[in-house]
Amino acid sequence: MKQKRKKIDYSKWGYIFILPFFVSFFIFSLIPLVDTVRYSFYEYFKSGLKQIGPTFIGMDNYVSLLQSDMLKYAGNTLILWIIGFVPQIVIALLLASWFVDVRLKIRGQQFFKVVIYLPNLIMASAFAMLFFTLFSNKGPVNSILMSMGLIDSPVDFLATAFGTRSLIGVMNFLMWFGNTTIMLMAAIMGISPDIFEASEIDGCNSIQRFFYITLPMIRPILAYTLITSIIGGLQMFDVPQILTNGQGNPDRTSTTLIMFLNNHLKSKNYGMAGALSVYLFIVSGILCFIVYRITNDDDPDGAKAAAKKKKKEERKYVK
Amino acid sequence: MKSKGYNGFRTVFAHVLLIILSFMCLFFFYILLVNATRSHAELQKGFSVLPGSHLLDNFRSVANDGTFPMVRGVINSLFVSTCSAAICTYFSALTAYGLYAYDFKLRKVAFTFIMAILVMPTQVTAMGFLRLITRMGMYDSLAPLIIPSIASPSVFYFMYSYMQSSLPLSLVEAARIDGSGEVRTFNQIVLPIMKPAMAVQAIFTFVGSWNNYFVPALVIQSKEKMTVPILIALLRGADYMNRDMGKIYMMIMVAIVPIIVVYLFLSKYIIAGVTLGGVKG
Repeated sequence: MKQKRKKIDYSKWGYIFILPFFVSFFIFSLIPLVDTVRYSFYEYFKSGLKQIGPTFIGMDNYVSLLQSDMLKYAGNTLILWIIGFVPQIVIALLLASWFVDVRLKIRGQQFFKVVIYLPNLIMASAFAMLFFTLFSNKGPVNSILMSMGLIDSPVDFLATAFGTRSLIGVMNFLMWFGNTTIMLMAAIMGISPDIFEASEIDGCNSIQRFFYITLPMIRPILAYTLITSIIGGLQMFDVPQILTNGQGNPDRTSTTLIMFLNNHLKSKNYGMAGALSVYLFIVSGILCFIVYRITNDDDPDGAKAAAKKKKKEERKYVK
Repeated sequence: MKSKGYNGFRTVFAHVLLIILSFMCLFFFYILLVNATRSHAELQKGFSVLPGSHLLDNFRSVANDGTFPMVRGVINSLFVSTCSAAICTYFSALTAYGLYAYDFKLRKVAFTFIMAILVMPTQVTAMGFLRLITRMGMYDSLAPLIIPSIASPSVFYFMYSYMQSSLPLSLVEAARIDGSGEVRTFNQIVLPIMKPAMAVQAIFTFVGSWNNYFVPALVIQSKEKMTVPILIALLRGADYMNRDMGKIYMMIMVAIVPIIVVYLFLSKYIIAGVTLGGVKG
């Protein structure tokens, strides 16, 4: 990739071309990050019209966050992510392996792909607003269910934690399973057909093929999907915010971490917002590092753990 | 040997599940479409499968509503998304080219750095960002929604991968020998080659920016500067039951339809782009 050019030194152009990116990053991401970290150690908020602080208070914000409802909101975020992600990955794996299976002869593949990817592009806030109107007491869903005779009186979906969380889960599932399916499909298509052929000659059935060949072969992409999905889940905001009007009703059971951050920002409690951001930054930093390892590993097997395991197995064979 | 019946059963099962999932994906939008064509009175009577005849009435009442300036919002959103898409793709390609075609001391460091922040959520710096743009006098303006998109690590990564696969460095050399300057080489030789990649990323950036709610909600205050997602949030917060339901459905439709129209025309490229770009929240 590197080329041997000695005559004229073009290296200054490299710096010039990457300059805008780094200047923009420096101004709009790095300075804000430093500012955020700095004020996380200060008492700094607005009480009515009065400005309190900034006074240095050390780790107090971090401690009081731990004592506040932050962990509850972290739990909410985790639950909301899981109920969206688990069905998403299961369905996506199933669909992806079906789409690439020539023997299944799925008709209208292109149509199905277009349809299942569609919700991913829809504005999450408008989608949440749509769900809110559709599932409201007088909304069409209740009216359909009643005219079908399944229920006698309207169900108030948003009155229970279960109902609200399920709706958020359904929305996240619908918005992301198409995307995951397409990603996994590309990964499965990247597996050498020789391996599938060999397995077939060895008398492998479709279930065995899925568990012993497809799954291990796409492990790096699966890991990537998992981690990026966790990062996405950590950022969950639009859907629960709009669906519950920022309240996280009922009883803040669907308030996510970013909604919590948003509340602090709106009330101009910069100290608390800063500390919360730092917590989020640490978690997402770890996740970013894992993504970095996956995307930049020269080892085709992907994750480091996978490589290690492989080595172990090799050693076994030698013995 | 595998029986034909087994595969036949699997095929049927696969189709049934696919149809159910497609139904789930389309059903809600179908209701939206139907309800946006019906008047408030018709909607109160309950759900109907067939569309009504009040599409234009609803649209007119959305367009004329002063409390929710939807038309203004669409214009703002279009402006922000178009500008973001344009500068994001241009500068990402430029950055990728800088790191791809030139050899310099900090090249490796710069590349590693961008890869390290590839999936960093923007929310973690939101507090500092808000304070910064307030100090810079850009609070309540559209600029802070556009300018930061110059630095988009995931778009950069996409462009870089694309260059690796389809931009031979010999071409750059040839341009140099012909006396083309570096900037001109980029604008007139590299960019045309990058067109497919730029188109795909422009679409994704446009959609991402159109749908973005978190940052605009923090930055924008005045009604005439609001983008569509904030208006939707405003609608959700408003006293809801007294409103014309047909109009509400219409507003949701206005927020969603432009993207769906674009998608229907470009779905082939968009779906192909998903796997290439790979990196999304």
